[in-house]
Amino acid sequence: MAAIAVSQPGESAGEVPAGAPERLAIATQGLRKHYGDFVAVDGLDLAVREGEVFGLLGPNGAGKTTTILMLLGLTEPTAGTARVLGCDPTHDPLKVKRLVGYLPDNVGFYEDLTARENLLYTADLNAIPRNVARPRIDALLDRVGLADVRDKRAGQFSRGMRQRLGIADVLVKTPRLIILDEPTIGLDPEGTRELLDLIRELSKEDGITVMLSSHLLDQVQRVCDEVGIFVKGQLVAAGPVGRLGEQLLAGQPLVLEVQVAPDAHAAAATLLASVPGVDAVEAEGDLLLVRSRTDARAEIARLLAPLGLLGLRTRGASLEDIYLRYFREH
Amino acid sequence: MPGLVPVFRKELADHFSSKRFVILFLLVMISGIGAAYVAAQSIRDELRTANATSSVFLLLFTASNGNLPSFVSFIGFLGPLVGLALGFDAINGEQARGTLSRLLAQPIYRDSVINGKFLAGLTTIAVMLVCITLLAVGLGIPLVGRGPGLDDVARLVLFLAVSVVYVAFWMAAAIFFSIVFRQMATAALAGIALWIVCVFFVGMLAGQAADLVAPVSKDPTAVELLRNDSAHRLFARVSPTRLYTEALSTVMNPSKNMLGDLVLRSEVQGMVPGTLPLSQSLLLVWPQVAGLVALTCICFAASYIRFMRQEIRA
Repeated sequence: MAAIAVSQPGESAGEVPAGAPERLAIATQGLRKHYGDFVAVDGLDLAVREGEVFGLLGPNGAGKTTTILMLLGLTEPTAGTARVLGCDPTHDPLKVKRLVGYLPDNVGFYEDLTARENLLYTADLNAIPRNVARPRIDALLDRVGLADVRDKRAGQFSRGMRQRLGIADVLVKTPRLIILDEPTIGLDPEGTRELLDLIRELSKEDGITVMLSSHLLDQVQRVCDEVGIFVKGQLVAAGPVGRLGEQLLAGQPLVLEVQVAPDAHAAAATLLASVPGVDAVEAEGDLLLVRSRTDARAEIARLLAPLGLLGLRTRGASLEDIYLRYFREH
Repeated sequence: MPGLVPVFRKELADHFSSKRFVILFLLVMISGIGAAYVAAQSIRDELRTANATSSVFLLLFTASNGNLPSFVSFIGFLGPLVGLALGFDAINGEQARGTLSRLLAQPIYRDSVINGKFLAGLTTIAVMLVCITLLAVGLGIPLVGRGPGLDDVARLVLFLAVSVVYVAFWMAAAIFFSIVFRQMATAALAGIALWIVCVFFVGMLAGQAADLVAPVSKDPTAVELLRNDSAHRLFARVSPTRLYTEALSTVMNPSKNMLGDLVLRSEVQGMVPGTLPLSQSLLLVWPQVAGLVALTCICFAASYIRFMRQEIRA
């Protein structure tokens, strides 16, 4: 049994050697879907690396769900190609569905069946033998915190419990990739936190690639490694959360938030207008907004220190700022 | 075909444990047994007085005393309800509960879902009809005082087969509605509307249509009456219920040797009253049986095509 000790090159704990090309879990090229005249997805080029948590961010009706359905082979693209874990979902949907777990938005369960029976049905559909499925299902229900209600009817479950049951359902087939459509919609803050923690855990401990869609930024920011912003069927930006700002705000003036004591507003505004590179100064509540072509923070700090500077930061670093700014302009 | 067996198994379990099905089962059972009981009473009277034919046992299913319809007409009347109840929420119910997209995200062919549902419904119908028929037979034997002969059994099997196809037609129609209409209530109402039209209105409308095509004058000749009658029957056959009752009234009654009730005296003159062997009865109603099977297939095929092309957007 010495062969077992020999490590296989492909299985080195998921760690990709530096310089080696990272494998893509999802890759699409010019993916397009029309419903009559309506263009739901417009030439999507998407790349999701294996092992990462990818957030598909966009307002309602941006085409997120349509994209997901095409990735699963549940709807046919009008044009373009998609590859999911190396398979073509349009021509070989069964292969994709064996490897990919999908949690639809508004997931539902058979209300007359218990949590366990619901998952057992999923296992049957995946042709998992019952003697394998039973212990696995119990372990999964335990993991999502539903062990004590596993023999209760799913019809009695709250929204949060249903969502957690949905995660367990997705994991029954031990997928390599899971796609979650609006997983946190309708959950209370505590439920949301638990779910996001679970998603993070699945990615880090189980090495499952996760793609989730959401219109809620803070959640995407909390769990995702990479984000794609999706508007009107087009991917307007994609990349790590930090770098996304640069992409979207490239060439646009910087906005600095300056906070001074209220009675010093007028004086501060005059001083700020004299700083080189500053285009405009406007008041917004307690804050003064400075539009500047350069990062003039050092200069501003020096000038305003005598007036009592309370706060100074650039706006546009958080995803929310990027998001709101982007949508205001388009 | 991956997925067919699990879907079939689950749907079957669902049907048998659903309250809806239990209620309808009881309804059909009580009315069927009631009809057979009443028929048995009248058979006893007949046996005491008249020349009993060999097929007296089947009268259990076809005889009525005027107050209560016969077993066969009860199935013709209530069978559609059972079929509709089994199918009206087949697809849109899954959509409404949010289980359809989860189901289709599993590694199964899409056909497995609709085929599994249809087969489970078919099995449910068969089990139900066999149960109720056997109950009626069991009840009938002591009441009539004799058991079914070989010919009777063959005819009963045929009755069951045609009934299953007939109820399956209604289930296929209901499944079709459940795909076309997003709302379960709409699908159920569409099914009930079809049922009412087929059971009640087609007969009346066919009469009107026959009068247009083959008018009967004030002092009608035999030819006019015959033409009107055959036109009436032709139009009425639009309704599967009509096909069903026509087929079964012949299959279940060996002494019936023609489809219509209206005959010329010259036609029956010299006719020896007797019974037809099963093959001859079958020959008489072959078109009706084939029509029922075809209608069921068409309904299912339409559902199948619609479902395969449907967008799965929530």
